[in-house]
Amino acid sequence: MSALLRTEGVAKAFTLHLQGGTRIPVLGGVDLVVNPGECVALWGPSGAGKSTLMRCLYGNYGAGAGRILLRHRGEEIDLVTADPRTVIEARRETIGYVSQFLRVIPRVATRDIVAEPMIARGMVKAEALARATALLTRLNLPDRLHGLPPATFSGGEQQRVNLARGFAPGYPVLLLDEPTASLDAGNRAVVVEMIREAKAAGTAIVGIFHDAEVREAVADRLFDVIPHQDAA
Amino acid sequence: MTRPMLEARGLTLHFGAIPALVDVAIDVAEGEVVAIVGESGSGKTTLLRVLSGLMPPDAGTVRWLGEDVHAMGEAARRRLLRTDWGFVHQNPRDGLRLNVSAGGNVGERLMAVGARHYGNIRGEALSWLAKVEIDATRIDDLPRTFSGGMQQRLQIARTLVTHPKLVFMDEPTGGLDVSVQARLLDLIRSLSRELGLSVLIVTHDIAAARLLADRILVMRRGRVVEQGLTDRVLDDPQHPYTQLLVSSVLAA
Repeated sequence: MSALLRTEGVAKAFTLHLQGGTRIPVLGGVDLVVNPGECVALWGPSGAGKSTLMRCLYGNYGAGAGRILLRHRGEEIDLVTADPRTVIEARRETIGYVSQFLRVIPRVATRDIVAEPMIARGMVKAEALARATALLTRLNLPDRLHGLPPATFSGGEQQRVNLARGFAPGYPVLLLDEPTASLDAGNRAVVVEMIREAKAAGTAIVGIFHDAEVREAVADRLFDVIPHQDAA
Repeated sequence: MTRPMLEARGLTLHFGAIPALVDVAIDVAEGEVVAIVGESGSGKTTLLRVLSGLMPPDAGTVRWLGEDVHAMGEAARRRLLRTDWGFVHQNPRDGLRLNVSAGGNVGERLMAVGARHYGNIRGEALSWLAKVEIDATRIDDLPRTFSGGMQQRLQIARTLVTHPKLVFMDEPTGGLDVSVQARLLDLIRSLSRELGLSVLIVTHDIAAARLLADRILVMRRGRVVEQGLTDRVLDDPQHPYTQLLVSSVLAA
């Protein structure tokens, strides 16, 4: 079985030029392999670098060393060195990221925010809007909110918009950063179900799940993210 | 990967002893939105003027679809600015004719590329006023009776009516109220996606760059100090100046 996402010796440090060039090492020697249909939960204490690793996997942070290999259009591309246009193409087609917080776009309706990545992949607009509506409904977001921009929504509502947007296109690789953090039990169960369905469809998932119940329900294994000072 | 439409290499320009551009390279591919950010005086606007052929560099080349922009004749360059390119100025008064009606401002660009049928021109003008959310009843009014935000939307309609491939934008939201800015940014964002436009936008507004741009270039004192994927440059800035720029933005 060939991995959809794997890393080789990934390291990440931040240099704070405004604080006299202080260098903060966060990750070192990360070797992660994620296969199709598998959900790997990042594991480690707060501050160990789980979110930093997630952001590196999405190309949002630039890893300082190592390789992040994503299977995209049948070939492995290295997100550490890939041209920005290739990263944008990979994000459109291959890898999705559900962050903890929704970045609200002024004036754009919830339904359109969810439909946008599907339209970008070439889906007909009406079909994308129908799928957006179905997913929002499944996540118990009331109908009357679908036409409104989510700026005024509660944290839990915004998180569900984010989840719908991330799950809708059916990316082969999905990164989930605390996807159930502000959800009630009913919605947590819906998300667990969606993750299981995505796995059954062959999606490779990397997640940070602080909720033990959710983690046990979806994760196939844990991947230890070790705080840098403890690393060899 | 598509070949860049606009390609500039080694652009250098001095104003007396002051370096305005130092060995700047940039390219823009089809359908791509690229933002140039930096403080006032960093050379952003000068770069835009050199790229769009309005000002020659001391050294370096600008190529549009392979053709050297500064080597082509004045007439060819003007034709380019009327057809393949559009230019949205910071001050709408620089891009509009204030003594010509709103509809006339839009129609005039069409006539410049050969449209002659009055009914079609008026129809097209009306459809563009609708796209930029200007009420059809204002078509015969002079732009000077419009608010700043409306004037800027009219300038965008006038620029896009001829379906340019690349639009240069110089601080298009500068000088507008914040609420008006959001509306304009959303308009630029949706139109550029809908029409598959390439956009090269100069702005000092980091949030606008994040909203609109695929890629970003950070300029300081005439040099590109950092460039790349917009969210990576803004969330994981490497250069001291970019770190300062990003950390200076107030979170709303």
